Amino acid sequence: MARKDGPTDRIVPQTGHTAWLTSFTAGVMVFLAVFALALSLAAGRLAERWQEALSNTATIRIAAPPDQMEFQTQAVLNVLATTPGVAEARALTDDEQQKLLAPWFGADLPVEDLPLPRLIEVTSAGQGFDAEGLRQRLSAEAPGAVLDDHGRWRQPLVVAAGRLRLLGQVSILLIGGAMAAMITLAAHAALSANAQVIRVLRLVGARDAYIARAFVRRFTLRALLGAGLGAIFGMLAVALLPGAETEGGFLTGLGFQGIEWAYPLALPIAAAVVAYVATRLAAFNRLRGLP
Amino acid sequence: MRLNPPQGLGKDATAQAAFRAVFHVRNTRPVIALEQVSYAYGPEPLLTDVNLTLAAGSFYFLTGPSGTGKSTFLKLCYGELKPTTGRVTIFDRNVKDMKRDELAIARRRMGVVHQDCQFLDHLPLATNVALPLTVAGRGNELDDLSALLAWVGLGGLADALPPTLSGGERQRAALARAVITSPDVLLADEPTGNLDWDMSQRLLALLVELNRMGKTILVATHDMNLIRAAKQQVNARVLRIRDKRLQAAGADL
Ligand SMILES: Nc1ncnc2c1ncn2[C@@H]1O[C@H](COP(=O)(O)OP(=O)(O)OP(=O)(O)O)[C@@H](O)[C@H]1O
Ligand SMILES: [Mg+2]
Repeated sequence: MARKDGPTDRIVPQTGHTAWLTSFTAGVMVFLAVFALALSLAAGRLAERWQEALSNTATIRIAAPPDQMEFQTQAVLNVLATTPGVAEARALTDDEQQKLLAPWFGADLPVEDLPLPRLIEVTSAGQGFDAEGLRQRLSAEAPGAVLDDHGRWRQPLVVAAGRLRLLGQVSILLIGGAMAAMITLAAHAALSANAQVIRVLRLVGARDAYIARAFVRRFTLRALLGAGLGAIFGMLAVALLPGAETEGGFLTGLGFQGIEWAYPLALPIAAAVVAYVATRLAAFNRLRGLP
Repeated sequence: MRLNPPQGLGKDATAQAAFRAVFHVRNTRPVIALEQVSYAYGPEPLLTDVNLTLAAGSFYFLTGPSGTGKSTFLKLCYGELKPTTGRVTIFDRNVKDMKRDELAIARRRMGVVHQDCQFLDHLPLATNVALPLTVAGRGNELDDLSALLAWVGLGGLADALPPTLSGGERQRAALARAVITSPDVLLADEPTGNLDWDMSQRLLALLVELNRMGKTILVATHDMNLIRAAKQQVNARVLRIRDKRLQAAGADL
């Protein structure tokens, strides 16, 4: 495309304002696409984290008098061992329980002396287990055991986050489509405005590819320039958003993390490709109709 | 100079070939041929039943009153218009069968002086004149551009934009552009319309020179003096459009 042969760049007269419009359009579109990308990435992170919590874990809490604790814990583990859909069940040690509580009560909490419930971590497998059935069996075998399948209430949220991610991705595609449409219109306008130039070039023996290249080159470069600026401003705007809360926060925040900051840099290149294809199609379409 | 095998050789292919070899006659395949061509812009045909074989190395003039279709005829010859009926052949290829790129490549072998010149108005004259080489990827052959411009009397106007030139200057520039690729065929539509006699003579001298080099020339013109002057230098034939048909002009020319 960028083959250098003579005044390819100049054979089409410069038209100031349409040049600016193409860059502007590409810039705005990519600016918006950066947000759509951030949205879809953030939603993706959210969905993944919630999905993980949901698919893997449930907790069984056993609150029993100290003398029955050992017995009921064993009973619960026995029940779990014969429950379909349970991959692993494990009673947390005192040490682990202490670690869990440390953020709330400090590290030197005397766990042994407190009537703390025993926690059993259940990891589910495959489709998961039947929570209601398990609950009934537990109440029969170990009256102090309570199944806390806290993950369940997150199911709709996981779905919502997934949809949000999809929305972001579809938005990026739509923005790309809108940009292709606008650049096609701009290219057609430029081709119409330069009908006489095209006629002269044809008469002196220029091939369609040569003529098209002049337009394609120009529109691609304009789109790339605008899109580059759009991406920079979009990334700045994302960076200036209120900081994302750290792990565990309900909202992970709209933004990029780590390597994700490289992703929006691909948008100007995608915009240039869109401009290239759109202008090329428009040019060859138009040229085919000329003598 | 065109040499035809003497009639006596008849259709004897070996004898013809020997003649060509001895006299270095190029294979005179028609450069452009029109067979039973008609052309209509609207419902009424403008040209009908046009037949012409433009042999390599021939020199033709085309005359006829204004509006009879001289420019239209030339456009048929370089493929800007496709015949309504009949067949136009350029370098042995039917125009209707030629792909767009083939037509473009064929046009690189044809120099055309358009009646309305047809420049890129935003580019300086020198760039315009060089355009046929540039689009053909032969921009490196531009050494004698200034010599060519000087020859048509435009040495000082290389950087001028076409719209700022006089009619005659534009015509001279158009001629320079038409010959810059050293084309096999030169089609010129009223190339002397705005030129004084001296300049016309100079232009004619160039056409004669090109014809002697074996180029095929077709010039549409009203200028009877030019035709007379040419006939004294080359074997030029004169065609006329009359009653929508192409005829050989009378001996008065
Ligand atoms: N694009 C067009 N559409 C419709 N009619 C046309 C078109 N071009 C030419 N004509 C008509 O065809 C006729 C012949 O035009 P053409 O330009 O071939 O004439 P010409 O012999 O070159 O005339 P002149 O000597 O004035 O240059 C004219 O009556 C013109 O009005
Ligand atoms: Mg004319």
